[in-house]
Amino acid sequence: MLRIRNLEAGYGRLKVLRKVSMHINPGEIVTVIGANGAGKTTLLRTVSGLLNGKGGEILFEKRDLRNEPPERIVFLGCSLVPEGRQVFAPMTVRENLVLGSYVQYRRKRKAEAEEDLERIFGLFPRLKERERQLAGTLSGGEQQMLAIGRSLLSRPRLLLLDEPSMGLAPLVAKEIFRHISSLRKDLGLTILLVEQNARAALGIAERGYVLETGRVVLQGPSEELLANRDVQRAYLGVDLNGNR
Amino acid sequence: MYWDRDKECMDREELEQTQFERLQSTLNRVYAHVPFYRKKFDREGITPESVESLSDIVRLPFTTKEDVLANYPYGLFAVPLREIVRIHSSSSTTGTSVVGYTRNDLKTWSSLVARVLTAGGVTKDDVVQVSLGYGLFTGGFGLHYGAERVGASVIPASSGNTARQIQIMRDFKTTALVSTPSYAMLIADTIREMGIPVSALSLRYGLFGAEPWSERMRQRIQEALGIIATDNYGISAVLGPGIAGECMERKGLHLHEDHFLAEVIDPETLKPLPAGEQGELVLTTLTKEAFPMIRYRTRDLTRLLPENCRCGRTGRRMSRVTGRTDDMLIIRGVNVFPSQVESLLHEVAGGESAFQLVVDRKGPMDEATLLVEAGADPSFEWERRQTGVLAEAIRKRLAHDLGIALEVKLAGEGTLERVEGKVRRVVDRRML
Repeated sequence: MLRIRNLEAGYGRLKVLRKVSMHINPGEIVTVIGANGAGKTTLLRTVSGLLNGKGGEILFEKRDLRNEPPERIVFLGCSLVPEGRQVFAPMTVRENLVLGSYVQYRRKRKAEAEEDLERIFGLFPRLKERERQLAGTLSGGEQQMLAIGRSLLSRPRLLLLDEPSMGLAPLVAKEIFRHISSLRKDLGLTILLVEQNARAALGIAERGYVLETGRVVLQGPSEELLANRDVQRAYLGVDLNGNR
Repeated sequence: MYWDRDKECMDREELEQTQFERLQSTLNRVYAHVPFYRKKFDREGITPESVESLSDIVRLPFTTKEDVLANYPYGLFAVPLREIVRIHSSSSTTGTSVVGYTRNDLKTWSSLVARVLTAGGVTKDDVVQVSLGYGLFTGGFGLHYGAERVGASVIPASSGNTARQIQIMRDFKTTALVSTPSYAMLIADTIREMGIPVSALSLRYGLFGAEPWSERMRQRIQEALGIIATDNYGISAVLGPGIAGECMERKGLHLHEDHFLAEVIDPETLKPLPAGEQGELVLTTLTKEAFPMIRYRTRDLTRLLPENCRCGRTGRRMSRVTGRTDDMLIIRGVNVFPSQVESLLHEVAGGESAFQLVVDRKGPMDEATLLVEAGADPSFEWERRQTGVLAEAIRKRLAHDLGIALEVKLAGEGTLERVEGKVRRVVDRRML
């Protein structure tokens, strides 16, 4: 579904991604783990068109996304849930969600957009309860659900999630991961999940890539990465003697 | 039957993307963690980033057996020793090479051997007798854990004591034999000598590797033991068994290309050869953690078969290994280099002496004779030769250092066959 080869990206003269290659097959959950500054967010920003790559290719369903503007990429079926949720605080939950339906409204599919909205409320009953509440008054977990719901309203086939568990209490984070897992089951979505919480991310993903200073240094099935001592030490909080 | 259908039948496009991703991450890791590779890459002005496609692999330097020996014991490991959970090694007079495996490596290894076994007919209902050496050699343990992974009942019979092997085979109702092809021949001959009818055995499959053999030998083994015999390939420096194996079609060995990148090069020019042409097999590991290998020159001669196989596996096939690019001989499963024989002779006899190694196979096993010419060197003491003491000393020394018993005969000066003035050092009369 998504195939990235030799992707290079950065800010000004700063190189962040150094020839990154990865792929996602339809229906997979794939995670990218790595420390702060490894290039995880840059990767998602480049795929979603918010940042221009400097070299390499990004093929989404065989179409090169590299010179497409972000709104076009959403239109093509690839939607980003940004880091830090980025909900519109002074607007209501419902208004935030309707903004996500922009693509559907552009296609003059108002009825479908309204059905979709009801579906999102079905997936996240908490959002339904707070439909008229201002987004800024929601808890972190609820804001994350809102950000995911808003992305889903563009009817993506590939969802890019940037650190959905950031700043959330462990129990809330767990709930978010449960939701992400069910998105694939219920909606048949393909998911690229970028996370610092490596254990939780590898827990729901089939495969993972480990990004270190802009390079992929390890990749493989999740259970293999979980068993790798470098991953354990660097990202799972396991000490040199194998204790947690 | 497949062990891991998704991987073994992956479409070529996804396979090549996977290979490339894995190659990149392997290069990033060896460059960061193995000084040998970093120095070698730096010297040639190469960084992991200069490899932008699978075909760019040709820009990377080769790794040879000598490199492995020079980094004895742990110099090529990419992880600290505490992460190594298994060590294997192989020795020769030129040195000892040591290979290590992490927990993940062992898991991968056993699953790749499971692919080979499944392709060769083995299922969890089989009773598998592993008649390969257990120990530092990768063969026994490699096949053992693969067979356990399949879920078969595994008998770690190890090698040797043929009569007992046959008794086990009969009493334990072995259905699959794992050994070298020459040992399978010996078992077949011994069974006949013991007067045991093949019908008294439950054997159905034979999985053979670790030495070159021929189609003719396969036919003989299949007929004598009433089994389906498949060939499999491995080399310790790269993994051990599990690199490639034949399917029921028995028309070449499927390489596990999601874990190894295979090239065939011209051993003289070192340039890659087009598919179908015979040359030296060069392997790069794509998933190994402990002991990654970049462009390892196996010295094994083979060719990559361009056609697709009827079995549905997409991994390209290599033809059976037909020989070696160096002059290495495999005698009774032991690697012997004429250059080793030369240096040992030099030490024992105290001078240059012409010699000829004659290998033949009259029965099931190899017979090797070393003919040593009485040289012009005065240090050759005629008397010692006459009494056979020297021959005995040479025999003992070779047995000790090479791990193989050769018959040693002394020949008169100038009696050995010469081609263009040079003695033919190896006369291989074996008809495989």
